[in-house]
Amino acid sequence: MTTSTTATTTPAAPTTPDRPSPPPVPDSFAALLLLADGRLPAGAHAHSGGLEAAVALEDLQDLTGLEAFLRGRVATVGHVAAAFSAAACASVRSGLPVTGGSGTAAELSRLDDELEARTPSPALRTASRRLGRQLLRCGLRVWPHSTLDELAAATRRGPHQPVALGAVAAVAGLEPRAVAWAAVHDSVMVPATAAVRLLGLDPYSVYAVLARLGDRLDAVATAAAAQAHAAPADLPAWGAPLLDVSTELHATWEVRLFAS
Amino acid sequence: MHLDHARSDTYDEERSEGQPDGSRSPAGTTPPSPGRGGQAPLRIGIGGPVGSGKTALVAALCRALSAECQLAVVTNDIYTTEDADFLLRHGVLPAERVRAVETGCCPHTAIRDDISANLEAIEDLQGSLPPLDLVLVESGGDNLTATFSNGLVDHQVFVVDVAGGDKVPRKGGPGVTRADLLVINKTDLAVNVGADLEVMARDAHAQRGNLPVLFTSLTEDPGATAVAAWIRELLSVPAR
Ligand SMILES: Nc1nc2c(ncn2[C@@H]2O[C@H](COP(=O)(O)OP(=O)(O)OP(=O)(O)O)[C@@H](O)[C@H]2O)c(=O)[nH]1
Ligand SMILES: [Mg+2]
Repeated sequence: MTTSTTATTTPAAPTTPDRPSPPPVPDSFAALLLLADGRLPAGAHAHSGGLEAAVALEDLQDLTGLEAFLRGRVATVGHVAAAFSAAACASVRSGLPVTGGSGTAAELSRLDDELEARTPSPALRTASRRLGRQLLRCGLRVWPHSTLDELAAATRRGPHQPVALGAVAAVAGLEPRAVAWAAVHDSVMVPATAAVRLLGLDPYSVYAVLARLGDRLDAVATAAAAQAHAAPADLPAWGAPLLDVSTELHATWEVRLFAS
Repeated sequence: MHLDHARSDTYDEERSEGQPDGSRSPAGTTPPSPGRGGQAPLRIGIGGPVGSGKTALVAALCRALSAECQLAVVTNDIYTTEDADFLLRHGVLPAERVRAVETGCCPHTAIRDDISANLEAIEDLQGSLPPLDLVLVESGGDNLTATFSNGLVDHQVFVVDVAGGDKVPRKGGPGVTRADLLVINKTDLAVNVGADLEVMARDAHAQRGNLPVLFTSLTEDPGATAVAAWIRELLSVPAR
């Protein structure tokens, strides 16, 4: 073995002067990966983000349809979710030293109300609160923190998912911009994995679509993160009416594989 | 109005706002139930391949046990409410004691890797009913590798059937080898499919060591006498 000495030595920083410095890594990068991973036990696997409804009602059947669906989703509800997640994260972070300062609780509740107003479909509200509750349950076990207990106590039916995501991310040590990326990622991964399961699409092709969307996702996450400190009422309110309508119809089906 | 409300048997948190005292813990741990002297209800998972008789067994256990203990059921059929509808249709349990959980094409995920929806359904039942003694969680029909998380259930029963062929116990898999109880159902069909019950018993014991194996025919014994006795035994033992 020749690694016994190098293993404990910090590698020299690359000094090539003509190379741009690598993009800054978000803090708590490991926590971000955990939170953004679809395997996180927080209930997302049972949801399709409206994809199951789109397959039946809007004839989404192939990669082209999936890509269009994902682009629409990330530009609307994905952007809103990312901005609210980032705002919730910023709010919790600012209150963290004095844990659960009442200011934080009130701000989270404002964000929750604003999201409610941006979610006209009752079925989508239900799905979002259910996911928020499940994420909070997960967060309470994985990153126990009094702020999460207070959030759980304050929202009997569970907070909307982006509020929960922002709060859990904050106690996991993430910054608003990191959670914006997690939210944007989630907004496409949920329907993309559902498409693989539901339509039997080639998983490599689906991931190629996701990779192609990378610039879009980065742009939306960046824009959302920039709004993390905006007043709740000023956060984006992009809507996807077709998603609202099809989710309502989906909720009435006798037979469905996904919860939303 | 909430469209989801039309389905009374579908789990929905809008209806689940809590314990009688209104203190639902949306993300907290399961509140203890005074039904078993303040202990949490006994949770038993019932898994196994498609069509092996899981719902028939749940129905049998409801018939056998609902008069003597406070009982509720969570179902995980991939087709949302199929299993729940069966239980309601056959009148073995009133609607308020059954919840259906959607599993997004992955029944094994919902009982093993991401148990959150099932935990919520159980808490919902606990919050809306008198203190429970027993919660049965039926998994969706899956393959031989599906198994329950011990974060979700205290004990698990794996149900296979004779009609699947007498090779099934030999094939093993975590359900067959590790479940707390292996039920080999539909013994009445053995003659029709040429299955040798002795071979199945021998292979099952070889796979499972001292873990119990019970043979049932739920058509001939609609009260699942032996399985009900196994559960009564567990109910009499204090929870972990
Ligand atoms: N002959 C016979 N048929 C049985 C027995 N137990 C169940 N069945 C029948 O087998 C079929 C499947 O039973 P279910 O209880 O629905 O099986 P399941 O495991 O819940 O099925 P899934 O939930 O779809 O995976 C039904 O038609 C039952 O009536 C038995 O002991 N003998
Ligand atoms: Mg069944």
